[in-house]
Amino acid sequence: MQPVEQRDEVEMLSLMLLIRRFEERASQQYQAQKIGGFCHLYIGQEAVVTGAVAAVRDDDYIITAYRDHAHALARGTTADACMAELFGKETGCSRGLGGSMHFFDKKNHMYGGHAIVAAHIPLAVGLAFAIKYRGEDRVTLCFFGDGAINQGAFHEALNLAALYKLPIVFICENNLFAMGTSVKRSTSLGQIVDRAEGYDIPGEIVDGMNFREVRDKVSEIVDSIRKEPHPAFVEMRTYRYRGHSMSDPASYRTKQELEKYRLDDPITRLRAQLTREGKLTNEQFDLLDKKAKEMVLAAVKFAEGSPQPPLDTLYDYTYANGVMESGRPRPEEPAQQQRQGAPAPNPN
Amino acid sequence: MREITYRQALNEALAEELERDPNVFLMGEEVAEYQGAYKVSHGLLQRFGPRRIIDTPISENGFAGLGVGAAMVGLRPIIEFMTFSFSLVAFDQVVNNAPNMYTMSGGQFNIPITFRGPNGPAHQLGATHSHATENFYASVPGLKVCTPATPRDAKGLLKTAVRDDNPVLVLEAELLYSSKGMVEPPDEELLIPLGKAEVKREGSDVSIICYSQTVPLALKVAAQLEEEDISAEILDLRSIKPLDEKAIFDSVAKTHRVVIVEQDHPFCGVGAEVCYRIQKNVFDALDAPVIRVSQEDVPMPYNERLEHAVLPNAEKLLAAVKQVCYA
Repeated sequence: MQPVEQRDEVEMLSLMLLIRRFEERASQQYQAQKIGGFCHLYIGQEAVVTGAVAAVRDDDYIITAYRDHAHALARGTTADACMAELFGKETGCSRGLGGSMHFFDKKNHMYGGHAIVAAHIPLAVGLAFAIKYRGEDRVTLCFFGDGAINQGAFHEALNLAALYKLPIVFICENNLFAMGTSVKRSTSLGQIVDRAEGYDIPGEIVDGMNFREVRDKVSEIVDSIRKEPHPAFVEMRTYRYRGHSMSDPASYRTKQELEKYRLDDPITRLRAQLTREGKLTNEQFDLLDKKAKEMVLAAVKFAEGSPQPPLDTLYDYTYANGVMESGRPRPEEPAQQQRQGAPAPNPN
Repeated sequence: MREITYRQALNEALAEELERDPNVFLMGEEVAEYQGAYKVSHGLLQRFGPRRIIDTPISENGFAGLGVGAAMVGLRPIIEFMTFSFSLVAFDQVVNNAPNMYTMSGGQFNIPITFRGPNGPAHQLGATHSHATENFYASVPGLKVCTPATPRDAKGLLKTAVRDDNPVLVLEAELLYSSKGMVEPPDEELLIPLGKAEVKREGSDVSIICYSQTVPLALKVAAQLEEEDISAEILDLRSIKPLDEKAIFDSVAKTHRVVIVEQDHPFCGVGAEVCYRIQKNVFDALDAPVIRVSQEDVPMPYNERLEHAVLPNAEKLLAAVKQVCYA
């Protein structure tokens, strides 16, 4: 396994570019009605997941909420599989059965994509429990938004993780808004990180717009967890440039506020750092950006050209190892029971 | 065969599965040091240690979710709810996470988890502690639900549940923990498949379809009916989902008359589903309309006399049987 501090920063910059260009293209395809349901974009927050993933091994576990496209991409899920999932195609990372909010990639240890706020935090604790149960030295990274910290599941999960001393980093991506409700209007505490103190979990505030700070801090925490399993909490101060979802014009905040954060853009920042240090030229950056755009365009083409999940697989993914008979339409059931356009019963 | 209690049967099932598979662990409130609120896990902490028999705080949502997460990476958690009335606090994990994961991930993550504990009205526990949850959970695609009524079924179904690769709910009968029955000796592997009903008593005049706590009730009523020359067949569903349609239809074909006695509420209850399937598939075999006996459609009162009136009971069942037999 590659020790990730040594992962090339230019490579991580191009990952951030891929995420941004992917989200921009997803937005456009959503408006073109190629993508259904809800769609939550990560633009502005790229340094958080990129920095965190750069700090762990490929076999560490990661799990997140519904704003999950970036987490899959950062883990190595291809842009093709991600875009195809948005298009609801069989080649998607969840076979078109999950959609934008439910990306999964077992091979790359990406455990979802979970759309009920905070409901995945107990799952994350379960992943960490399994690590300790098996005596492994992996770590679980559990991402969630600032809206999650007022759900009961969050509190129960933190208490369990602390009680059982589990190897997990709770990463709160504080983008200041739970949908349209600002942290000030939702949370009794002055700063989110103080929630961790109530569970005797060490907490840190990190500038989530700064790739290097995110990577170095998570790296330090993960190293200490590998030595002696325990939970840790990081409040990443970040910002999403777009609304909560595609239908949200974000009128609850000012243009000035958005502009302030845009000036602090995570991609611009890492680019400037690398340029200053002579590790990246403008031409090289343009080339990386061009590549990201091309990769995303190719992903759209791939998604468009991919097949829909076949109707006769409708009952294949409800129960593992065999279809259960009760619930499933019986082959002899009369055809008039079927609505127009409803999926046909599986004849098997 | 030897006679043991329902509680002992469950205890043996847990011990055997913990012994067989190192991925199996038991987690819940008071399962370890207290030895189980109903003593089902008695002695397991001493035998398997705190790594595998794990006490939790009172956080059903948290530890049910922990189980689902651990199952995502191949452990086989057995999550005990002190009662299924408390599982409602974890409804999101049991309904939204455990059964949806396999579909949502396009078949990448199945969840081999067992949720178990007592279910159904006990005795004068009032509305919050008397829930029969089988119809809530059986309506969720991705879950399997079984409701053992005898020590043998309790052992065999629980062992099967633990080995299943999907989320299975083993709804134990709170009032039956001390009941006794014949069970194969421990050295004989006892696995009872999910989705297989069992005729607990042969009969020819009427089929009484029952499960869980209504099985002993139906057997008692069948003995009374015999004195009146009505021969009742007692069909114990054992699993609510999958449902053994064949056994139901076979029994109806034999007796032509049906009473369903269920421990849940009448509206959208288990009996409604069974009744639909009977009329849909073997309508011509029926000589009388199917009747359901269930709880009354009210929250459970504490008062003992009122509680008895709410529950399916012998008087109601006798009357229903006589009605379908035109006796």
